[in-house]
Amino acid sequence: MLPETGQIAMALALAVAVLQGIIPLLGAYRRNVRWMMFADRAAILQAVLLIYAFAALTIVFVTSDFSVKLAASHSHSAKPLMYKISGVWANHEGSILLWVLILALFGAAIPLYGRKLPLSLRARALAIQGIIGAGFLAFVIFTSNPFERLFPVPTDGQGLNPLLQDPGLAIHPPLLYIGYVGFSVAFSFAVAALLEGRVDAVWARWLRPWVLVSWSFLTLGITVGSVWAYYELGWGGWWMWDPVENVSFLPWLSGTALLHSILTLQQRHSFAHWTVLLAIATFSLAMIGTFVVRSGVLVSVHAFAVDPSRGVVILTLLLIFTGAALALYALRANTIVRRTQLDMVSRESGLVLNNLVLVAATATVFLGTFYPLFVEATTGEKITVGAPYFDLVFAPMMIALIAVMAIVPLLKWRSDGLARYRSLLVKAALAAVVVAGLGFVFGRSVLGAISVGFAAWLIFGTLSALYRRSNGRWAGLKAQPAGTWGFALSHLGVAVFTLGVTAMSIGADEDVGRLKPGESLNVSGYSFTMGTLEQGQRDNFLYMGSDVSVTRGGREVTALRTEQRLYPVRGMITSEAGFRPSLGATLFASIGDGATGTDLSEGVIMRVYYQPGVVWIWIGAFMMAFAGFISMADRRLRVSEPVITPTKARGGVPAAVPAE
Amino acid sequence: MRPAGNIALIAILLGSLASPACAQATAPVFPPEIEERAREVGAQLRCVVCQNESIEASNADLAADMRLVVRERLAAGDTKAEVIARMRDRYGDYVLLKPPVQANTLILWAGPVVLLAIFLSWWIFSLQRRSRKLSVATLSDEERARLERLRQSQS
Repeated sequence: MLPETGQIAMALALAVAVLQGIIPLLGAYRRNVRWMMFADRAAILQAVLLIYAFAALTIVFVTSDFSVKLAASHSHSAKPLMYKISGVWANHEGSILLWVLILALFGAAIPLYGRKLPLSLRARALAIQGIIGAGFLAFVIFTSNPFERLFPVPTDGQGLNPLLQDPGLAIHPPLLYIGYVGFSVAFSFAVAALLEGRVDAVWARWLRPWVLVSWSFLTLGITVGSVWAYYELGWGGWWMWDPVENVSFLPWLSGTALLHSILTLQQRHSFAHWTVLLAIATFSLAMIGTFVVRSGVLVSVHAFAVDPSRGVVILTLLLIFTGAALALYALRANTIVRRTQLDMVSRESGLVLNNLVLVAATATVFLGTFYPLFVEATTGEKITVGAPYFDLVFAPMMIALIAVMAIVPLLKWRSDGLARYRSLLVKAALAAVVVAGLGFVFGRSVLGAISVGFAAWLIFGTLSALYRRSNGRWAGLKAQPAGTWGFALSHLGVAVFTLGVTAMSIGADEDVGRLKPGESLNVSGYSFTMGTLEQGQRDNFLYMGSDVSVTRGGREVTALRTEQRLYPVRGMITSEAGFRPSLGATLFASIGDGATGTDLSEGVIMRVYYQPGVVWIWIGAFMMAFAGFISMADRRLRVSEPVITPTKARGGVPAAVPAE
Repeated sequence: MRPAGNIALIAILLGSLASPACAQATAPVFPPEIEERAREVGAQLRCVVCQNESIEASNADLAADMRLVVRERLAAGDTKAEVIARMRDRYGDYVLLKPPVQANTLILWAGPVVLLAIFLSWWIFSLQRRSRKLSVATLSDEERARLERLRQSQS
């Protein structure tokens, strides 16, 4: 019964979403308040129905009801409870239901947190949210029904892909989806604002928290994914420019641009066109991310639940939504006030540069990711675009971005002069040169030296901005709004991230060999000795494992447990790397497959890595994510009635709150 | 995930079928200098049966064979470029993780540069417009009135 009620709830949610997409739009057009008010109730009702459907599916998984096909093919009664729950979204049908649920929850949050929004804007945004929801719900119900029954009922399930049986992967998809789907709010509000013919600072202020929450979750999601891939896939890398990684990075890049352009719109009433387009682009890229992982159009180590025929439906939805939004933009662009009044040395001018570089970076990653497809489709030739391409083209853009990032937060809005900052900039440049020099002496790498130099430049610039905003006084520092802390933490996060990446790229060392117990590999002064190879059975897998003892100069440093596991239910193998994370150098050992002898007498392949700074990459990324959450606490965003900061320019009154 | 490896490990773990597929027992050891150059070469080459991994990163048998070939060629005195060229002759452009600059990759290589150039010109162009077009009021009368009210209520 339960699965059927879940299915009915989904069908009702679809009906509600369709109505939500029609009635409020008509209401806004005809100025009918009751029709517009319908949007609020519909959004909440849709969310409630989908919560029920998702809960029903979760119960099916937890109680191991294998009469439901999805549970039978992705769960198993012997699985730990946590993975029974995470199994709900570790497959195509369940994950797309989660996607739709999060969409509905964001939709329901709009009336709950946006009571003070103008009624017609809210009604229109919710209608767009309803239309997106209807499209994806129809996709779930007609092509990917998670509640489909199975007869005869199997005695047990086929188990979850063992790669996905991991805490990291249990939380990675929900985080990523909150990030992706959160951008739907920006999309809906952009379209609604086009319909209203009103894109202004007030609109930007309302939208900013939504973009912040999505961006922060997306950052978290990508970072958790990176950590997971690091220890689970056992290649010893944190990012490999894999297509699936890239498509999650695309909305992040354009979302970062959006975050900064909204800031400018909010403060300076400019960038309205650009912000609207970025909002549309970011959600479109998020939909591409959702689509690509399922479509199989790009080969990847991360893709799961691949099904080209269903992927095409998502692509169609994507083209309809994006196409309609862009068409609307083309029709209504003239209603948006255009204000291009840029003084070269001013904060908004710097933010324009930031946006241009970020958009160019987004385009580069997009090009590199999809270019092989394009070439094969047009000429039939097969080419590869791999990490070396991205390192060469993308990295310089990031360096340019960092160079700008250090200065722009120091500048005033509207108009400023660099002369005021001469001594500061000279000091920052000196600090950068000194750090780069030290980097060169210790790292013996020119590129590494340039990179740490820029990181130092960024740290110096960020701290100076913090110092200046607080007038060099403790009380001034404490009085800073949350937005300032968000800015400082995220920009310092970028610097920390850059330092980590640099340390990794110049200091990392690795070795691989076929070893017998007692034999060792030597890497950067550390000796990794493979211990006895044990075999056995635990939980729901068989394993072959070894304790690798690591010594340095004869002294024991640590022991790393690494295993290769065979999950008989699925006939799949995973490798569990053993690693000792450290703020200094992380030590990593992994016994890989390729042990193709009949017994272990020939030894097994072992990979060992010495990776300085890799932990800082994730610390930097987490700093950025938390900075986003901190910025959300800014009171100036909470105020639901617009508070217009008096500025020197307009009222002749000194700014009460430092311009953000 | 990797069928060949799967079968092999099942064989090991379950102690049943033998699979003497891989004849090469212990990879020969090369001098550190060769090894270092080999890794630089390996990071540029794609394991052609894998999902977007370099031959250095991959655990596939083919990647192991390709790694060995790279080392043998370097030990035999080939330069890095020669080894990469040899691999390209054998496996095509597909093996190169960094695509060569040629007719079919022109957009790929020129695209980002051209885009940045356009963006920068646009930026500079926007700066120059300043003198022509000065401040434009963006507040409506209604908003001005409200702003005035707010100011008064604050002071």
